[in-house]
Order: sequence, then structure tokens, then C-alpha cells
Amino acid sequence: MSQQAPIRESSISGSSVRRGDQIFRGITVGSGVIILLVMGAIAAFLLWKALPSFSNNSANFLTEKVWFPDQNPPKFGIAALAFGTVVAALFAMLIAVPVGIGTSLFISFYAPRRLAGAMAFLIDLLAAVPSIIFGLWGLQVLMPHMGGIAKWLSDYLGVIPIFKNDQELYTKSLFIAGVVLAIMVLPTISAISREVFKQVPRSHLEASLALGATRWEMIRMAVLPFGRAGVISAAMLGLGRALGETIAVAVILSALFDVNIHITEPGGNTFAANIALKWNEAGPNGLSALIASGLVLFIITLSVNAVARSIIARRKEFTE
Amino acid sequence: MKFTRSAVAAVAIASTLALSACASESASPSASGSAGSGLTGSLKASGSSAQKNAMQEWINAFQTTNSGVTIDYQANGSGAGIQDFNNSQTSFAGSDSALKPEEATAASTRCAGGTAINIPMVGGAIALAFNVAGVDSLTLNPKTAAGIFSGAITKWNDPAIAALNAGVTLPAATIAQFHRSDSSGTTDNFTKWLLATAPDAFAFAGGKDWVAPGGQGAKGSDGVAAGVSSTPNSIGYMELSFVMSKGLKAASIDNGGGAVEATSDNAAKTIAAATVKGTGNDLALNIDRKIADGSAYPVVLVTYEITCETGLAAADSALVKAFLTYTASDAAQGALAASGYVPITGDLLTKVRAAIAAIA
Amino acid sequence: MSQTLKGDTLPKWAPIASLAIAIGVAIALANTTAVAGTAGTSVLAVLIFIAIQTLWSFAVEGRRHAVDRVATTLIYATFVAAAAPLLSLLFEVFTRGIKVFNLAFLSHSMRNVSPLKPGGGVLHALIGTMQQVGVATLIAVPIGILTALYLVEHARGGRLSKAISFFVDVMTGIPSIVAGLFIYTAWILTLGFDRSGMAAALSLAILMLPVVVRTTEEMLKLVPNDLREASLALGIPKWKTTIRVVLPTAIGGIITGVMLAVARVAGETAPLLLTTFLSQSINNNPFAGPQAAVPTFVWDQLSSSTPASLDRAWAGALTLILLVMFFYGAAKLIARYYAPKA
Repeated sequence: MSQQAPIRESSISGSSVRRGDQIFRGITVGSGVIILLVMGAIAAFLLWKALPSFSNNSANFLTEKVWFPDQNPPKFGIAALAFGTVVAALFAMLIAVPVGIGTSLFISFYAPRRLAGAMAFLIDLLAAVPSIIFGLWGLQVLMPHMGGIAKWLSDYLGVIPIFKNDQELYTKSLFIAGVVLAIMVLPTISAISREVFKQVPRSHLEASLALGATRWEMIRMAVLPFGRAGVISAAMLGLGRALGETIAVAVILSALFDVNIHITEPGGNTFAANIALKWNEAGPNGLSALIASGLVLFIITLSVNAVARSIIARRKEFTE
Repeated sequence: MKFTRSAVAAVAIASTLALSACASESASPSASGSAGSGLTGSLKASGSSAQKNAMQEWINAFQTTNSGVTIDYQANGSGAGIQDFNNSQTSFAGSDSALKPEEATAASTRCAGGTAINIPMVGGAIALAFNVAGVDSLTLNPKTAAGIFSGAITKWNDPAIAALNAGVTLPAATIAQFHRSDSSGTTDNFTKWLLATAPDAFAFAGGKDWVAPGGQGAKGSDGVAAGVSSTPNSIGYMELSFVMSKGLKAASIDNGGGAVEATSDNAAKTIAAATVKGTGNDLALNIDRKIADGSAYPVVLVTYEITCETGLAAADSALVKAFLTYTASDAAQGALAASGYVPITGDLLTKVRAAIAAIA
Repeated sequence: MSQTLKGDTLPKWAPIASLAIAIGVAIALANTTAVAGTAGTSVLAVLIFIAIQTLWSFAVEGRRHAVDRVATTLIYATFVAAAAPLLSLLFEVFTRGIKVFNLAFLSHSMRNVSPLKPGGGVLHALIGTMQQVGVATLIAVPIGILTALYLVEHARGGRLSKAISFFVDVMTGIPSIVAGLFIYTAWILTLGFDRSGMAAALSLAILMLPVVVRTTEEMLKLVPNDLREASLALGIPKWKTTIRVVLPTAIGGIITGVMLAVARVAGETAPLLLTTFLSQSINNNPFAGPQAAVPTFVWDQLSSSTPASLDRAWAGALTLILLVMFFYGAAKLIARYYAPKA
């Protein structure tokens, strides 16, 4: 992980130095262990609370699309939730990652310096907007505008199944939820990438320009390789938020329990939105089933991170 | 570094203190508060979001006359409210439905052996709000409502709707139907009415979750109301108060005895005609959803306050009793209609007061 | 061909001219063909602009400069694409929020205020949010920064550091409502505490932690090794090097990370609905009793759904943005003061 040079503690000033280092190291290790303990507690708790619902589910948890955990016998599954969560989050990342990186490149290397600070500040602020407000904005302001685009996609690109719309209703869809999610994660991705780009040594930039590179060549050869790991980690943070976003998605989606690849039609549901929509009226088994779905979301992020990690590891030699 | 962090903390703490110092609790001009009652303390309750605004108004009035009392009602849903109550987090729960047998068992444990009772306190009418250009009044019966909400009737000028609305020009437009995407007592009561009155036309399970295909789901009655008001040719079900606050139009319902307007007074008649199915001071109700009285609006819901008849901590018990006594008073019930709720009236109200008087 | 050292370049007015032509063509096409709406026309204009400028540049300046111009255009375009919705959102919050946003709104609670009538304010929620987020920050920031220090400065690629680093990433994916459910059952139901600001702070700390660790980690990695080596070479112990040299160098980025974390959790609604008990009155004690917060205030006012309460909801959202703006500005100033001069 750490690619710092293997500097060993010097023994010049005797053992007191080393004791200070050991104490400090101990404190930092302790903090890391606290995080592991918290994660362990969360995982254990999710599993413990989810178990009752697994044992009395009359349907296949992974392939069933409906959600009736409080019925007798209980019948529920996550197929529709998993589909909606992954599609909405991937769609959001498809928009947010390039736009977020582009925005931070603009602020770091293109915008007039005086303006850049204000722009960065403005974008960072948006992380503070309560997600319910993003939801309302998406529902009341964005959705009426997206109808035309969704219809256009359906009319002209309808041959591609995901854009096809048979219902001729273009509201409350995964498509719109994905766009809103993209806007929500943009500040996170943009802010972190910006900080990473800021750390590119000036000498690298000046050297590449002095060698006659165009500005784009400078970015491609000096900035992006330097910042790659940081940008991937920014994207992962964004993906984390997109996967787990609750209230905004709950407000926007029509929340149907169906796997519908026509993403511009009303419908779709996600793990987090489903928990928000159902927990307030859930019975004991319903709550357990919702926690089980939370556990699956947990596993999904776990595997997504494992994949991303292997990508970073493979590219590691370029990041130095 | 250390200094930096403590400086940030210092700024935060200082501004918090500054804000608290100039804090002024009440926005009402006459916050003098008659300390006549001598009641003090705080009370927590949670549950049904359907009765939220009614509860808030009552709390305000009660806190004004008893300035030493603070009552907090969190509208987190009936299911969560009952869980809170059973986990001793609250002193009473608001719920859109009476306790189920298994919940009652848990509740009596919470009441230290006493029984938990359901006290009907706030009624509501579920209105079918519509937004169709050029149509000012609309009448539906159980069959057409079931047809619309199950997807069997798709056009506004369907012969079945037209037959009920002679003289109204209905467009040939497709009906955009809105339902709740979250679990709710409103959905539960609406589907109960459909299943009781038009079982053939509505072949789906009832319950707190909407299950019929088609239409668009929206979160909360406010979400359904916003959907209906912004979508032409739409219809959706919601509590009457949302029809009033959003300026929507509601359909009249013909349950067999003639078209009845969705008003607080008309709904009160249906609730007053309900029979008590609970025993003793437990006033769980059986609502006659097939009621065919020409002046009783049939699509209603009743929200209960659930508390311990005996077994609450003494201090809580006195406060709960005082507060519920106020909410069952003529003044409190009389104020309900103004905000779109339905009061409890007649014999039922007498029984409610007797049940509250028995809380110890 | 060319007598100067520089190759041929497009005239300064070339981009503007290309843009004008592109917009003209796009509008003409929009009026004659089935291009949808303003958004469609803008996208079309950008595409035409790229085509014109690239071909022109390719002809005059050669391939490398043509590519550079395409990249420049796309980067500008992404900024516009990002800024437009964000500005629209800020605009909505400001215009809707400003209606009842005033000193009275900031200095009154909702005690005894009718949902149907205007009046009341956000003070009780503001106090709650500052205390809850403050406590969460006090918990999450030290743990987060120390963990990042361990990962970057001390870990030698062992199993423990790999596990920590992996689970920090997984932690970013915990939905806020699950963090709330965890605290609700673990802290409140199992350990028997009441719902309070403290419970909220714990759930918010869980959400803050991974953001603080990840951003701090990235910033620490970017601190040049030369600095560490120079300091160690002077005989300064490693812990002192870390505190005096490494952290101050990265402080700007770390504060951005912390503020991102604060901003994110300040607006969280879902966990607070489970961990706090919503109140309409002021409670100055985050460790006991019902306590409001600004997001739950917004939520509560929205669900009342009367014209007066909707106005209050938007004013509440505006309050939250201004609050974060204030802390963000303060933190940046402090960071600038303590950062080493470049």
C-alpha cells in the first residue's frame, strides 16, 4: 500500500526517540483497529438481525422479485432491488466520473485563478445539500426537462433495448434517478480529484510544457498518471454514495418490484430506497428482511471495492 | 496542528453558546403561559404520520396552557411507532391500525402486565384527487375506482365512468394513476375499502404496500399530491388534508346510496357508525366500509393512540392521561375539521373519554 | 514555409467564430429537424463546434494541436454540464428558501407553532445539528486521521494495513440508513440508551470516518518523500516529523476532506430519523432527551406539507448550506494560516 521509501528510525538519538515513535505508531494502529472493530460489529449485527428472515422465507432470496416479508408465509427476494441499484449507480458513474474529472481539470488548469477558487467552493458546497432536497429538485425541476431527452432517446435510439420506452411515460425512472445520483456524487469526485491534481509537482508541469507539449499532452502525460490512484479512489467514494443513497432515490423512483431493462420507463427500486420506503411500517420479519437486503448491499460494495483494488494494484507501477 | 483543531472546535462551541444564549423558545406572542395546572415534565410519542398535523396542533395548545410540559411526537410511521412503544422508548404510539394479537402480547409486557389499549382519536377521509382539465366534479363507485386502480379502466371516457357522470365531458385521455410507493396505513385502508366493496374488480392483495401493477408510485401523501397536481389526466388517493392544502379536486363516492362528497362531516358519519370490536376499554373499531348511507363518505381511516391502561410509570401516566383528556375534549376534536381531519363524535367519543378516564 | 520558431496557429478569434457558426447551424437544424429542446440543441452546437474547430486546426496547426483543442472543448463542456444543474439547484434552494429566511427564523424554535401558520424557526434544529455534527467530528476526525497516518506512514504492506484499507473502502458504501439501523439496535435497543443527539453523532461518525481516512490518505501520499527524508536526516524523530512536517504540508487537502465529510453528514436525514427523537423545542444537551437537527427539521416540515411548512423546509435547507459555507470558509482560512508557505 504505502509506497514510501523504507526509511528506518534512526538510532542516533537513542531509545527515547524510538519510544516516542512506538507510542505514536501504537496510537495510529489502535485507530485502524477501531475501524476494523466497527466494521466487524456492523457486519455481525447485520448478519445476526438478518438470519431470522432467511430461515422463514418461502421464496428464493436471490431470484424472487416481490417483497412481502410480513405475509404468511413470507415471500421476498432482492432480484429487482439488485438490478435497480446496480443500474442506477453504474449509470450515475458513467456520467459523473468523466464530468467530475473534467470539472476538476478545468478548475485546476483552465479556469482563471481568481474564478477557480469560487467555482471550487460552490461545487464543494453542494455536498451539504440534504439529499431530500436533491430528490425534490430532481422530481420538480429536473424531471420535466428530462422527459424530452428520454423521449428523444427512445424515439431515435430505441433500437438499443435500454432506451426503448413502450409505456410512453418518461417520468420516475431509473434514468432520472441515475442523473440525479450523478449530480449528487459529482462534488465528491470533483473535490478529491482537484486536491490530487493540485499536488502534481509544478516542475513536472513546467517541464512538459517546456518540452513543447500542448496543454492536453501535459495533462495526459504528467497530470493523469500522477493522479490516477487518487482519481480512482475518488470514484470509489462516489460509487459508495451512489450505491447507498437513500432518500433522494426513494422520492424519485416509482418503486416497482420488477426487472425492467427499459430504464426510461417509470419503475425501478434500490436497496437503500426500499429500506427507507418500508422500514416505518415493517413488522419484525419485515425489518429483518430489510436488514438482509442491507447486508447484500454491503457485500456488493465489498466486491466492487475488491475489483477496484485489483485495478489499482495492477496500475501501481505507473502512479509513482 | 493541535492548535488548528482546537481552534475549529472553539469556534463551533462558541457559536453554539452564543446561539443558545440568545435563544427564544416560542414564536407565539403571548408566551406567558398560565401555570395553573401545575403539570410539568416531558412526554415522548411516535407513530402514524397521518395524524401528524393534528397531533402538532394539540401539542401546541396543550403546551401553551401547561408551559412546564414538553411533548414531542415523531411521525415515523405506525409500525415504527408501535416498535418504539413496545421498546419503552415512548409513552404512547399513534397508529393507523389497532394492535395485532402478536403486537398486543409484546405491548402488555411493556405495560408491566397491564393491557395496552387502542383509543381512536383522529379520523381521516381518503380522497381520490383528480386533475383533469375541464372536469370540476367527478363521481366514482367502488367498481370504477377498482377498475382505475387495477389498470382495467385506462381511459377517462370509459363507458363505466361516463355512466356515473352524466353531463360531464370526459376526455379520451389515458388515466395516469398515482399510488403510494412507501408502506402506509392509507394504502391499507384504501385497499380494504376496495376489497370490501368491489372484490371482483380488485383482484389483488390488500395491505400496507401497493401491489397492483401499472401507474406510478410516489413517496408519501405529499408525493402523491404533488404527482397529481403536476400531471394532467391523473388521479391518486391521499388524505383529505392534502387535497385541501394542494388545492386539488376530490371525487365523490357512490357506495350504493348516492354520490357523497369527500368532506370531513360526511366522513365523520361513517366513523361514528363503526362498531367497537375490542373488549373493555380497548376501542379497536370495525368500520363498515360498505356503508350505503347517502350522506356518509365511506373511504375513511381511523388513527388510534395506543397506550397502557395500567403499567406506565406514574409520572408518564399522569401526563398521558392529562394530554389525551385534552385531545378528546370538544375543543380539541372541534378544531380537527379545519385542517382536513375528521373528528370522533357521538357515542364513540363518550367511550373514548371513559377509556381515558380509566388510565392509571 | 514558416520563418518563425513557432508553427502556424489559428487566429485568436477562431474559437469564437467557430462557436458562432456552430450555434447558428444548430439552431437552424433544430428548427427544421426533430432535435429535442434546448438541451438537444446545445449538445448539437457543441458537436458542430468541435467538428469545425478540429478540422480547421488540423488543417492549419496539425494533429497534436487539433487534439488539444478537442480536449479543451470537452473539458469546458464538462464544467458547464456540471455547473448547470448545480447552479439550478442552488438557485432553487436560495429563491425558495429566502422567503422566510431572516433573523427571526434563525432565533426561534418551532415550539407552539402551528404547521398551518407561518412563523417559528430553525434555532432548535441548528443547535442540534451543530452539536451532533460537532460530536461526530470529534469522534471521526482523530480516528480517521490517525488511521490514515498508520496506513501511509507506518504500515509496511502487512495484512493488517491491507484489511484496514479495504474495509475503509467498504465503509464508504454503507447506506446511511443502515448506519442508523446499526446504532438503533446496537446502542439503543441492545445497550439500552435513549435516542439522543449522541446516538445521532455516533451514526454520523460512522459515515464520516471513511471519507476522512480516504481523503487524508490520498493527501499524505502526495507529500513529497524529500520532505520526510530531510527531516529524518536532521535527526528529528519520525513522530515529530509526521506532526510537524507531513501533516502541515497536507493540511489543506485534509481540511477539504474533513469539510466534505462534515458537509455530507450535516445533510443526512435517514440515520437521524432512527437515532434521534424529533423535537420542536430547544434542547441544549446532546446526551439526553429529544433533539432536532436541520435535516430532520426539513423532513418534518416537508411531510406536514402545508404552504407555510414548505416555506420553512426550504429555508431550513438554505440554513444548512449557509452553515456549512461558514464552517468551510473558517476551516480554509485556518488551513491557509497554518500551511507551510510554498
